[in-house]
Amino acid sequence: MDKIQLGEFINSIAGALEIKEGNQYLEVTVPPSLLYKLARQLREKEESQFDFLFCITGVDYGADLGVIYHLRSTIYDHSVVLKTRTSDRENPILDSVADIWHAADFHEREVYDLLGIKFKNHPDLRRLFLDNSWGFPLRKDYVDDVNIVTK
Amino acid sequence: MEEKEKIATPDELQEYFINMGPQHPSTHGVLRLLVSLKGEMVQSVQPHVGYIHSGIEKMCESITYPQIIHLTDRMDYLSAHINNEAVCLNVEKALEVDIPDRIKVIRTIMSELTRIQSHQLWWASFGMDLGGLTCFFYGLRDREKVLDIFEETCGGRMIVSYSCPGGLMYDIHPNFQKRVKDFIKYFRKILPEYDQLLSGNVIFHERSKGIGKLTKEDAISFGITGPSGRASGFSCDVRKHEPYSAYDRVHFNEVLLTEGDTFSRYIARIEEMRESMNIIEQLIDNIPEGPFTVKMKPVIKLPEGEYYQRVETARGELGVFVISDGNKNPYRVKFRSPNFCNLSVLDHISRGFKIADLVAIGGSLDLIIPDIDR
Repeated sequence: MDKIQLGEFINSIAGALEIKEGNQYLEVTVPPSLLYKLARQLREKEESQFDFLFCITGVDYGADLGVIYHLRSTIYDHSVVLKTRTSDRENPILDSVADIWHAADFHEREVYDLLGIKFKNHPDLRRLFLDNSWGFPLRKDYVDDVNIVTK
Repeated sequence: MEEKEKIATPDELQEYFINMGPQHPSTHGVLRLLVSLKGEMVQSVQPHVGYIHSGIEKMCESITYPQIIHLTDRMDYLSAHINNEAVCLNVEKALEVDIPDRIKVIRTIMSELTRIQSHQLWWASFGMDLGGLTCFFYGLRDREKVLDIFEETCGGRMIVSYSCPGGLMYDIHPNFQKRVKDFIKYFRKILPEYDQLLSGNVIFHERSKGIGKLTKEDAISFGITGPSGRASGFSCDVRKHEPYSAYDRVHFNEVLLTEGDTFSRYIARIEEMRESMNIIEQLIDNIPEGPFTVKMKPVIKLPEGEYYQRVETARGELGVFVISDGNKNPYRVKFRSPNFCNLSVLDHISRGFKIADLVAIGGSLDLIIPDIDR
């Protein structure tokens, strides 16, 4: 499917979502409550079959924390980007997609480790690189007087 | 009366944990595997990473795009040139810069040389992990020849930093073409020796065939790319699917196998070295004339937006994801590193095998630890 067909298809299964034709991939903004349902449908529906989750990126947008999922179908060779945001910086919780794609297991642990976003129903949500005494270094308001030299 | 000493059967054995690493020679770096065992059968493997986490993604947020190039060398130090290229391609794509053919061809030749030397080192250390010390000498001897070519042209041997946004740091050395051709001639003759030493070795077959099987479905679901994924039949070669640089003008085969065991991961890499040599041979005599760099603005600022660039490193698909807010520093950079995903499958494919097989499986995935930790 090309970008336009894909956009129509996603609207038909998930209702009216904010869909932007990015410079490379189709970008779909999903509210956190719909994310898991849409991800599962995109994986399982015969027309889309997004079986390869190749990247999960956590982003600190300032007011919000967001997660970006890059999906591709190895059968049809089309790609889509799902974006979701939460405004709760104290206790951000999103649904885990680790039971849909195995790759999400490590990627979500990395996002939790560096940005502090928790994933509900993740099989083993522990910190990956850093130990528990650290803050969340990829947040923009992270302060570390000892290890980060600012000019 | 003497009580007969009871020998425990495997079902009665107690489960226990041992630490493999962080200083174990077969982990090729500081990777710690917490292995749960019953007897010598692996029950589960928990990788503990982060010993050399250096926060490259955080550092990228406070430096400029040309400076990022030098950090990417340090991630997967055996694919250093390909990592550089990924960032350069991403910046050039965002700025819509037209790159002359000369640069594209030189970058492609350098990428393939990088792939060959990386697979040589992998072959050397994989053979050594399984007890064949001669492999290590053979592999490193031949790798030196590629590193000498790098040294002459780039100044660096491993950490080359040869690409920069808009072209290359320097033009190729006048000897470059001759030395590359000499190397290809030499290595074509020497590669059958590799086969004699390991590929046809009965002990090696016993250690690797049927060990650590990975199905195609699992390879896709875990995101296993590169030779490890292609050994399971997952067609994931970015050079074929989304050609970049000069890959659209060369003919080569994507090495696809179906078994998905340790042996086919081995064969996939050996065959890839042959394909890399084919690619270099097609290009080395036809390097177009022209400038080796395009004039770029002194301060590179990417337009606001999100840019994703995929390249095929020696170990799989590297993704560079840049979110720009229009400044000279990126707002967020994410490196989707192939080793990070390849590590995640280790637990899944080594369950039920012996601990000695874990060494073979880990070696066949060809993990580079700084690329996992970043």
